[in-house]
Amino acid sequence: MGLEIAFWILAVVAITAALAVVSLRNIFRAALCLILCFLSIAGIFVVLSADFLAAVQVLINVGAIAILIILAIMLTREVERGSLPNKLQFPVIASTVLFLCIAVFAVIRTPWQVSDLPPVEPTTAELANKLFGEGGFILPVEISAVLLLATIIGAIVLMREK
Amino acid sequence: MPELIPQEALWPGNFWLHLLVFTVIIITFILLTVMFFIWFERRLLGRIQVRLGPNRAGPFGLLQPLADVIKVLTKEDIVPARGDKPVFWLAPIVAFVPVLMMFAVIPFQDGALLVDLNIGILYIVAVSSMASIGIFMAGWSSNNKYSLIGAMRDVAQLVSYEIPLALSILGVVLIAGSLSLTEIVEAQTVPFILLQPLGFLIFFIGSLAEMNRTPFDLVEADSEIVAGYNIEYSGMKWATFFLMEYAEALTISAIITTLFLGGWRGPLLPPFLWFIIKVVTVFSVIVWVRATIPRLRIDQVMAFTWKFLLPLALINLLITSLQVVFWPEAPVWLIVFAGLFIMIALILIWSKFFKLGGDRIDV
Repeated sequence: MGLEIAFWILAVVAITAALAVVSLRNIFRAALCLILCFLSIAGIFVVLSADFLAAVQVLINVGAIAILIILAIMLTREVERGSLPNKLQFPVIASTVLFLCIAVFAVIRTPWQVSDLPPVEPTTAELANKLFGEGGFILPVEISAVLLLATIIGAIVLMREK
Repeated sequence: MPELIPQEALWPGNFWLHLLVFTVIIITFILLTVMFFIWFERRLLGRIQVRLGPNRAGPFGLLQPLADVIKVLTKEDIVPARGDKPVFWLAPIVAFVPVLMMFAVIPFQDGALLVDLNIGILYIVAVSSMASIGIFMAGWSSNNKYSLIGAMRDVAQLVSYEIPLALSILGVVLIAGSLSLTEIVEAQTVPFILLQPLGFLIFFIGSLAEMNRTPFDLVEADSEIVAGYNIEYSGMKWATFFLMEYAEALTISAIITTLFLGGWRGPLLPPFLWFIIKVVTVFSVIVWVRATIPRLRIDQVMAFTWKFLLPLALINLLITSLQVVFWPEAPVWLIVFAGLFIMIALILIWSKFFKLGGDRIDV
């Protein structure tokens, strides 16, 4: 009962914040709403007893990515007025609504596998075993690490003075 | 509903009562300790600088923080006319709440904590990264160039110092084999400051930067940018920022106590008292550093973390994991001496690699 109330509050906050992100003219406030959206999604993870994922969500999305977004906003002009309106509004709204309908349809029609088992506790060790254990995802993890390293080196090379 | 907390750990009765009682205890503890810390820091600074410090209000000046609180609360609340007002109002709260939240998982003694999360230390790292958003909101919404510069410095500093900080925590987590703070304390038959001297040093320096204390207080460097992100704040809102900074110092002291100094463990005295003694000791060292070392320049701060702390933290993590994987039964005295030796050697070698300051750097 309590968990359901929490879920609905968080869901409403997340969607309202997400709508505010795209509709607010002031880009800085839009970024703050994005942070609120990330936080409520972390809250939904907690409700689903995925505590590790929630902490990582806050650490990565709120603590790092949101800060980078704000720093990037500082480099744009016209922070308070945002981008001027153009004629693409209606096509964007139409395609978004279409995408939303398809996504909702797909989610409703998919026969989800539902497990009766209670959630695993604690989740950290289980996650680590799934990721790095026997038959896990060690290769994708390593490849993504190499990819990130390549990106960093690429950024440094691009930014170096000739 | 999944049980977040085992029943026997809930001290006064059921879940809600436990939540209520511990929230009240934690907030009272933070407010009282912050007032004590303000007095203590001013007295200790006075002592170090060969003067008296506050000594008029009450015995030994103990009532000075109280007088300051009354003074601050009765001040006029000024809001900049061209600032972003809702953000300006929200900023102090957004900055203060994460610091309060961090205390939820810190054990005062065995079982005496709000929630024993099994991801305790990860939770602390995650929540502490949120405080900078409040500071940035304050800096931006004030519509003042000095506060914006202060906020930018804070964000740059926080993003850079978080990496060595998290890496040095990983060393502790590897040895303890758990993310839960209670289990980390229980694993410390020897305080981890002895097993992880380099990790402790990196964590200590990193947390000094994280809470913007001297020598990393260029966020509020008076001589350059007046007071940093909170220039335009006055009255209660300013007091909230001030409270936030001291509460952060208290929280960091508590985390250092828990991770490296054995938490509540200690002979003779009751565990709760040991915890307080260790926290005050760590805070005294922080004040001592403030009284001793001058402020760094922004490029020095950045160079220090990326060129000095980060490589050392990585090497420390590598050495610790090698020891944990290949030689878990190593005798304690050997680890202690090897750790000390490695720390001194690495610091000496790395100090030869690059110099901080002295020469001008063209940007």
